[in-house]
Amino acid sequence: MKYPDGPPPALPERFQGMPAIDPARCADGCRRCEAVCPTSAISKTDTVRLDMGRCLFCGDCTQECASGAIRFGSNHRLAAQRREALVVGAPDYGIIHPPETSLPRMFKRSLRFRQVSAGGCNACETDANVLTTLAWDVGRFGIQFVASPRHADGLLITGPVTENMKLALEKTYAAVPSPRIVIASGACAISGGPYRDHPEVHNGAADIVPVDLFVPGCPPHPLTLLEALLNFQGRTTIRS
Amino acid sequence: MSRPRILPLHNTEPVPLDEIPVLAQSEFRTSVIEAVAGGSRLCALFGQPAGESVRLIAVLARDRAGLLSVLSTEVSDSYAAITPECLQAHWFEREIAEQWGVRPDGHPWLKPIRFQQPLRVAEDPWHRNGKIMVGDTEFFRIEGEEIHEVAVGPVHAGVIEPGHFRFQCHGENVYHLEISLGYQHRGIERALFGGPTARTIHYMETLAGDTTIGHTTAYCQAIEALSGVNVPARAQAIRCIALELERIANHIGDLGALAGDVGFLPTASYCGRIRGEVLNLTALLCGNRFGRGLVRAGGVPFDLDQNLEATFVKHLEGVVKDATGAINLLWETPSAMARFEDAGCLSRETGEAIGLVGPAARACGLERDVRRDFPSGMFKFTHIPVSTWPSGDVFARAYVRWLEVQRSWAFIREQIDALPAGDLKVETGNLSAESMVVSLVEGWRGEICHVAVTGADGRFTRYKVVDPSFHNWFGLARALANQQISDFPLCNKSFNLSYCGHDL
Repeated sequence: MKYPDGPPPALPERFQGMPAIDPARCADGCRRCEAVCPTSAISKTDTVRLDMGRCLFCGDCTQECASGAIRFGSNHRLAAQRREALVVGAPDYGIIHPPETSLPRMFKRSLRFRQVSAGGCNACETDANVLTTLAWDVGRFGIQFVASPRHADGLLITGPVTENMKLALEKTYAAVPSPRIVIASGACAISGGPYRDHPEVHNGAADIVPVDLFVPGCPPHPLTLLEALLNFQGRTTIRS
Repeated sequence: MSRPRILPLHNTEPVPLDEIPVLAQSEFRTSVIEAVAGGSRLCALFGQPAGESVRLIAVLARDRAGLLSVLSTEVSDSYAAITPECLQAHWFEREIAEQWGVRPDGHPWLKPIRFQQPLRVAEDPWHRNGKIMVGDTEFFRIEGEEIHEVAVGPVHAGVIEPGHFRFQCHGENVYHLEISLGYQHRGIERALFGGPTARTIHYMETLAGDTTIGHTTAYCQAIEALSGVNVPARAQAIRCIALELERIANHIGDLGALAGDVGFLPTASYCGRIRGEVLNLTALLCGNRFGRGLVRAGGVPFDLDQNLEATFVKHLEGVVKDATGAINLLWETPSAMARFEDAGCLSRETGEAIGLVGPAARACGLERDVRRDFPSGMFKFTHIPVSTWPSGDVFARAYVRWLEVQRSWAFIREQIDALPAGDLKVETGNLSAESMVVSLVEGWRGEICHVAVTGADGRFTRYKVVDPSFHNWFGLARALANQQISDFPLCNKSFNLSYCGHDL
């Protein structure tokens, strides 16, 4: 894989990436997108906003929107360091490249994660794991998933954080030496995903531990996660 | 004429609720025990609210005859446990106690399985006063000189889901393994009461995220049956192609991981990549590597059109070629095979007693496969031979996967060559009121069983999900008896069960 020096691997034609909203097309008084969204990712007040942190990228809103005001593009770069930056259509929406908070220098060539699945459905986990296989091979960037939190620089959390995993997550976080970073990967870990507001879960990792990077998707495509990690490390620069 | 004790029915055949026999408790108990002793299998046994009391519903399968049957009884606070005379009931009865506060008296090992809040107000069989702490329970212990206990999890070393394993060991030798789950409990069954809602399909897609197609197909079959629609043939074919792709991807991933667990890197490295290629095939169909969005009630929203077909077939043939080379390397390597053979053995008798399903059952020589025994969709017209192996060890569980992978891609080729023309979707209407349907699908881990029950308004008064892992976790525990503890990762991977599918 030539990426990040060369072009990224091709994504399938039907891939649903970065959403775009065209307010000019949005019909007055119509709130069908809001009603159809399973996770209340869409809200319409003065204008339509779409929270990628809640979005499952199911596309039900695009089916429902007769005027085509919402569509999902092919851009895979979705991650952000601030939660608010994930809300498409909000004033402070915007994904910052290079990252606004720079990572401690020691993490730039060596970054080890303990992965904690806290109610994840094994899709986010699988597509994090796939980064360690041939071709993706995140090892070449010094990124590795390690067995013990004591050997880690941070956590990569998946799942909404079930009540039954809260304590284990807190203990794992406490076992990671400082400075440490936390990545919330997938709609569940960012906002609870389809399980949002269930009494059995918390609404994402940020309810329990401070989160440094949010990676949207259900699950995030491996390329989205890889780009998020490399950008966070300061290895990629924006190419619009 | 005497009242029938058992209602026979077929996979995805809706029945009015009042046709389901309600037996006296003792009669229900005897009927289940006798049916299982006579070769039936317990697909599901669950409670559903019935006024002040709880109605227990049992779904039994006679695999060879391709017939299901349903029976029920009403219980209040307790009833005589079925488990002492029917091992297949043991996990179900623990679930019933935990969800409904109904105590199965005489259950030999009555413990919670998920550490969840109950689904009705009732006395807690464990007197926890609402303070439920996951994993806080007595574990089976062996005492004696040089006996030691090993506790693993919930957080594991790999990038996998959480669960707790408690080993009783003598040196390297495992006497007993007890598995304690529930860490992934997200309250899905509770949230399904009163459905379907906008979220329902997304619960199905993420019940076990690596089995998105399997679970969404089971759900959609249930909805289609209850609303009395027939799905167009083209959509059926695309669903079945996706189901087999899911099987190929996971089986290839597992074969690679098994090779990795014995340090045989060539197969491990290739299969890691090839699995991704198969996921990409699913993404060609619907844009998502796990098939999110592909299966919807009434059909499929995405077509496998002619443009796509050529790319699809080209990539599939690449997968076939690469996987064949990479996986045959494993069988040809005696040092790898020496680790697989005789590790984690389960006899055919044990497999039958536990009620194993899927590749784990077929690796004990048990011929059971929903695609043959209870076919739905395209499997009614195109048959996939059942792949079995008799030895019951890690090798058998690996080799059955390989046999299945080959049959799955042959099936996909056949489907693509003769893809039926026509529509992709029909509209589904309201669900029949006061009805029940059992929907079975052979997921890659084995039998997925969904049971939908509707009330007077056509909404779910109960939606029961039985992931294949629910049957098979106990099989893993038994396979570890008298094994070396260092073989646990290998044995575990040879089952590769779902935590979230179990925990719901």
